[in-house]
Amino acid sequence: MKFGVVVFPGTWSDRDCGWVVDQVLGAELTYLWHKEADLKGVDCVIVPGGFSYGDHLRTGAIARFAPVMEKVGEFADRGGLVWGICNGFQVLCEAGLLPGALLRNSSLEFRCEWTNLVVERTDLPFTNACDDGDILRIPISHGEGSYFADPATLSRLEQQGQVVFRYADEEGRVRPNANPNGSLHNIAGIVNSRGNVLGMMPHPERCSEAELGGTDGLKLFRSVMHAAEKVLTA
Amino acid sequence: MSAVQVDSRKLREVALTADEYRVIVDALKRSPNDVELGMLGVLWSEHCSYKTSKALLRRLPSTGAAVVQGPGENAGAVRVGEGWAAVFKIESHNHPSAIEPYQGAATGVGGILRDVIAMGARPIALLDSLRFGPLPESRRHLEGVVAGIGGYGNCIGVPTVGGEVYFEDCYAQNPLVNAMCVGLVREDQLMRARAEGKGNVLMLVGADTGRDGIHGASFASLELDESSSERRPAVQVGNPFLEKCLLEACMDVAWTEGVIAIQDLGAAGLTSAVAECAGRVAGAGARVDVSRVPRRERGMSPYDVMLSESQERMLIVVRRGREGAIAKVFETWDLTSAVIGEVTDDGQLTVVDGAQEVARVPVTLLTEAPLRRLLGLPREPSPALNLDALPPLADAGEVLLNLLRSPNLCSRRPIYRRYDHMVGDATVVPPGGDAAMLRIKGSRIGIAVTTACNSRYCHLDPNTGAQHAVAEAARNIIATGAQPLAVTDCLNLANPDKPEVYWELEETVAGLAQACRALDLPVVSGNVSLYNEGTDTAIYPTPVIGMVGRIDDYAQRLQAGFKGEGDFVLLIGSSHNDLGGSEYLKVEHGLVAGRPPELDLARERAAGKFILAAAGSGLIRTAHDCSDGGMLVALAECCLLGDIGMRGPAIFTEPPLRLDAALFGESPGRFIISAHSRAMPELQSLARRHHVEISLLGLTGGDALDLEGQVRVSLADLRYAWEGGLG
Repeated sequence: MKFGVVVFPGTWSDRDCGWVVDQVLGAELTYLWHKEADLKGVDCVIVPGGFSYGDHLRTGAIARFAPVMEKVGEFADRGGLVWGICNGFQVLCEAGLLPGALLRNSSLEFRCEWTNLVVERTDLPFTNACDDGDILRIPISHGEGSYFADPATLSRLEQQGQVVFRYADEEGRVRPNANPNGSLHNIAGIVNSRGNVLGMMPHPERCSEAELGGTDGLKLFRSVMHAAEKVLTA
Repeated sequence: MSAVQVDSRKLREVALTADEYRVIVDALKRSPNDVELGMLGVLWSEHCSYKTSKALLRRLPSTGAAVVQGPGENAGAVRVGEGWAAVFKIESHNHPSAIEPYQGAATGVGGILRDVIAMGARPIALLDSLRFGPLPESRRHLEGVVAGIGGYGNCIGVPTVGGEVYFEDCYAQNPLVNAMCVGLVREDQLMRARAEGKGNVLMLVGADTGRDGIHGASFASLELDESSSERRPAVQVGNPFLEKCLLEACMDVAWTEGVIAIQDLGAAGLTSAVAECAGRVAGAGARVDVSRVPRRERGMSPYDVMLSESQERMLIVVRRGREGAIAKVFETWDLTSAVIGEVTDDGQLTVVDGAQEVARVPVTLLTEAPLRRLLGLPREPSPALNLDALPPLADAGEVLLNLLRSPNLCSRRPIYRRYDHMVGDATVVPPGGDAAMLRIKGSRIGIAVTTACNSRYCHLDPNTGAQHAVAEAARNIIATGAQPLAVTDCLNLANPDKPEVYWELEETVAGLAQACRALDLPVVSGNVSLYNEGTDTAIYPTPVIGMVGRIDDYAQRLQAGFKGEGDFVLLIGSSHNDLGGSEYLKVEHGLVAGRPPELDLARERAAGKFILAAAGSGLIRTAHDCSDGGMLVALAECCLLGDIGMRGPAIFTEPPLRLDAALFGESPGRFIISAHSRAMPELQSLARRHHVEISLLGLTGGDALDLEGQVRVSLADLRYAWEGGLG
């Protein structure tokens, strides 16, 4: 099982994602440089957090033109696993791999804090190690994480069950005061209709070891590993 | 070269005195030209030359077993184990932040990052020590500075894990923004910014050079006045994205073949970077061709290029022949690099513009400004405090809530949640408690980092106040279970030309030296920021202490918040009538008076040793420094951070100890700890061996802070007050 972590200029979660893949999960790791149109045979592409290209113009707006992103698009079309985290989610939306957009937090301030997420899909390659109704404690760290989509798109997402994570309180209740950024429907993460492209604002790579405050993030990395191994052995 | 007509206006523009001008003419045996005068002006500014403070700073201890690099480089470094060195420094960005809070603070962060990067170290943490005038009037400064720190630090991907913020009248016109950075490097790969080897190449990398920030260093060395806002062009603009690329490229080239030195371009830009690099090697000189410096605007004169403080630039000294390979690395990161000159052995900094020589000044003249000897005169002692005139404590619970909601004591979460404090996957003690802690990935070592300074104490007695700053920083580190290792200091004071301010500076340095010696803490780097005055107020002396400590195994780290029900809550150390300069006196009685608490450094040392011994033996569950706001505030913080209450008997005081002093006095050398009941016998005998007082205050548990019949406040009420203090 081999993970590829995309590196744009301005990316900073690349090393954290790489650390978890390599040192905590024990999977194979390779970095994918933005200028190289080569995915090096990876089973899952992580588009990590950061400020790709300084987030100039608009978050993720320039990154989608990077040579590596063309290959990521083709990979997704073939059913490959693509996982956008934080800035990576923004990039996937800009690249059209996921619907909607991430707007400025309703507080107009950057927020770095722990959030609780209810898991609404456990049949995905990204969440198969979770149980129905699991509440994951995963931190956010962003200034532009307010999920937005037009009403038609939003209703399609809901009807097709594409909302994977929602901000909730500690008991798992989806409440306005548990929403850290003003996301519509408390959306923290969505998947494409085919189920192979996930975008999420919270950072699972920051909570995959107990000393960092929790290990819920590791559940998602393990899920991907299970899924990929199932494909490989099938 | 044509000499300039010098008049007082010209000298004021470059911030030189007539006496200094005469020294220059004597040394050059001619009049300096415009470019030379500008270069000397910035390098001889207080900000760059330390001409007022240098002689005093020599009194600070700077050596010790752990020291790998002391003062004089871009940053200091200490050994932290398993071949790693922690590289760190604190620096002020006060004047830029007063005028343009966002960019001033942002570029302060950018500058201190480059100091650490220049040592070949990867930055792992940022801290910011901030001082503002009272709220709500200073909201604009606070908002801008916090946004600027976040804007830069969040973007570059280095976690902001700690610092301080205080509000006092004296900072209303002259807020303080001190930024500290800590980095890690293999000890044998520590870089030093020395321009070695005649013929080696000087490369300028990173951003192109513009006109921004010209005279920034000189501006930092003047008092702020009505015309200061006209200096806005002297404030630089930061580009954290570019610096992130610069960081990665520098990490790629550091300690590779042919890279001799990396030097930050900060205050005084290229002039300072080249002069400092050459100045560190006896007899070395440099030749710079300004026509080869990549620029972002047309029509820049050699003067502009040499004095520009454009951000996100580094100077790299490269062995001749390797410049192509280095340029390639920077190209990978889409950064420009240019060969702009070479190292010489003539001891001169020569500036040419193509074929034409535009300046030629001995390096030592640039780097060694004539020291200023000023006169210090003790200030009038601060108003005495008559404790007997204070009304007795009426309702301790009400006072506690007032203190918890005071802007100087309340929760800093509204600030630190705007900073990414987790990126790097290394933050094992997050902000909000005493010190923060970062792990060294791949090892068990934890690095504790903090800043501290109670400037009200320094105002009341600069010497004792400075000692308190060192002692409190050490307690913060010790409360995480880590051993304090070394200090970086940022001395913020008013105009030293005033004898009472110079006296404050003398006393501050004397106090620092005494405390650092007593606690075995060498000062390995630092910064002095003088002339912090508005039109009608001088700041309190504010010697901010940045400190780094280490723990062998971060699994043994301690935090402040109570951990479970039924643990014993203990006070370590003893309480006295230490109400002078306290937050209680200010909040409840509107007084800034008296003397700061007496500080017994031997007792301080003993208390610290006791905590570390107990922590190392696994005897204690939590620890918290007990200082600002006193014991009851510290207890409330332990409850709030752990979300667990505590209950115990009423605090009983024996004369002459007053009840208000027992509850809200700020006696040093104290900690609040919690421990399992079964650890008590061992803790008590350990305390006896260390000659440290230990007293039982109660047990953790419940949903209130409850001292029977004396104080009972629910956690919800405590939290409401504590979390709302910043509005």
